[in-house]
Amino acid sequence: MADANNGRIEIEGVTKRFLTPGGEVFTAIKDVSFTVEPGQFCAVVGPTGCGKSTTLGMVSGLDRPSEGTVKVGGKVVDGITDGVSFMFQADALLPWKTVLANVALGPIFKGASKAEAQARARDWLRRVGLTGFEDRYPHQLSGGMRKRVAMAAALINEPKILMMDEPFGALDVQTKAIMSNELLGLWEQSRPAVLFITHDLDEAVALADKVVVMTSSPGTVKAVYDIDLPRPRGSVQEIRFEPRFLELQHQIWDTLREEVERAYARTAGGPVTEGKAA
Amino acid sequence: MAMLTRTERKRSEPARTAPTRTGVRRALSSPLSTVAVLLVTVVWTVPSLGLLVTSLRPEQDVAQTGWWDFFAHPHLTLANYHDVLFNGGFGVSDGLMPYLVNSLAITVPATIFPIVLASMAAYVLAWIPFKGSDTIFFVFFALQVVPLQMALVPLLQLFSGGAHIGSLTIFPAVGMGGSYAPVWIAHTMFAMPLAVFLLHNFIAQLPRDLIEAARVDGASHFRVFRSVVLPLATPALASFAIFQFLWVWNDLLVGLTFTGGAPESAPMPSRLAQLSGSFGDHWEILTAGAFVSVVIPLVVFFSLQRYFVRGLLAGSVKG
Ligand SMILES: Nc1ncnc2c1ncn2[C@@H]1O[C@H](COP(=O)(O)OP(=O)(O)OP(=O)(O)O)[C@@H](O)[C@H]1O
Ligand SMILES: [Mg+2]
Repeated sequence: MADANNGRIEIEGVTKRFLTPGGEVFTAIKDVSFTVEPGQFCAVVGPTGCGKSTTLGMVSGLDRPSEGTVKVGGKVVDGITDGVSFMFQADALLPWKTVLANVALGPIFKGASKAEAQARARDWLRRVGLTGFEDRYPHQLSGGMRKRVAMAAALINEPKILMMDEPFGALDVQTKAIMSNELLGLWEQSRPAVLFITHDLDEAVALADKVVVMTSSPGTVKAVYDIDLPRPRGSVQEIRFEPRFLELQHQIWDTLREEVERAYARTAGGPVTEGKAA
Repeated sequence: MAMLTRTERKRSEPARTAPTRTGVRRALSSPLSTVAVLLVTVVWTVPSLGLLVTSLRPEQDVAQTGWWDFFAHPHLTLANYHDVLFNGGFGVSDGLMPYLVNSLAITVPATIFPIVLASMAAYVLAWIPFKGSDTIFFVFFALQVVPLQMALVPLLQLFSGGAHIGSLTIFPAVGMGGSYAPVWIAHTMFAMPLAVFLLHNFIAQLPRDLIEAARVDGASHFRVFRSVVLPLATPALASFAIFQFLWVWNDLLVGLTFTGGAPESAPMPSRLAQLSGSFGDHWEILTAGAFVSVVIPLVVFFSLQRYFVRGLLAGSVKG
């Protein structure tokens, strides 16, 4: 993290087309451009199927753009991007390995010795409040605990970019709030750039410095909002009641609603329901 | 035979407990059909029991009375097994023992090679996108229809003469007789299409998140294959291992063709075939030999079966 440019993500005019099994070309995202500064927390919201996960895949280097470039730290992404960690909705834990071994996997993949990896894993498990659970297996943990393990596993390699694809999407409201607070706490310590995908606008506004709203498919950037709520933000449950939060939330929702309704009308083919899609 | 009924019974169990019961399933789970299945199982098992009992009875008894007479005059001996395994005394040559060793030396590598190669191929075809991967997979799939008999003669020529372009050797002659290599290679080749097809279908279904998380963490493809894909694919690997082991163990055609029946390398079925020719009326010898060849696949089957319980994935991806 010596270089200040290290974690900057620049997405420039990226288009991604897929070949459908029927042989037609399907444009998932079109001409998407936005930048995430080093240490910035950027949330991406948009209707389902608009290409959020696709965008993330191209930043990580798992996938390549059809047009345009993705740069990380000034370098065009080509192959797996260095210094990136991923966190998915489903926690990617190996069921036959203990919690400790799962967390230690990251450093081991990076070439650390087993003893060193385990020592670091122990330290990270302590930081996420799971001391004493090292020898359990993932299926012996609650959903929230598994999320903590996944978080430790994502952060142990000290990534300069953390990518999260609806990481808390499967959690209940309370656990989600707790996990969000913990994520903010851990993020403040090492300050990686974060690309955070969510369907929950409240979550996006409460956590992020910047919210990117995408249009329904083919996905493009509809608007970018800077969230000027001061940090540290404290508890995400409380911040929801602040006037500035509500103002921003309404503003973004006005932009997003149209897209969500359009996407809904397209997928369901039914009447458009009023109300807030979370 | 006993093997077959056992696998069938295993397979029908999930159907009986499945929550969605269609008409056919309901009919299959009625008490009447349970009785019918039991009956069929008994009818299928009785000859196997007869085989076992005959192989344990003394020579004179076998010659004079049927095996069921054992229940009236229980008199058992292991002499037949000793004869058939170790005694060279019945005219042809040595006992079965060297052939048993050959069979193991052929079957174990001929099971491991295709699994290793096919699981790697399946991972590459399923998880590494490159131009033409679909075509390659389709060719593998299509090769399954080629009957192996068609390839016997060209393969024999390849093994005995090698393959050359001009003076350049692209495949060395391995030489026939006295070597296991031709049988290993032949069995591996014949197994590949089905193995790649089966394992690809399983490996392609593994959760994308697990594999991508490891990739992003910096694991190489080989690393992902070894520490994520292989453990997850254990049920499929075990199923195919059993299938391939049984096929190679019971195979006569490939074994006989590529060893020429030489005692240094021929597998047990070729010897059993000879025995039944020269000892057609010595049932006690034949049944003992047959039983030896049944026992080993049984051991393999029961030691591997716990691996193909599909419990391993439970809890890996939730929500
Ligand atoms: N490999 C692929 N082949 C063909 N089409 C694809 C492929 N991957 C994604 N798509 C299509 O691209 C579009 C965007 O997909 P993506 O997964 O990025 O959406 P998303 O915004 O993450 O949606 P969600 O919010 O539901 O997760 C979808 O319409 C999807 O059908
Ligand atoms: Mg998605």
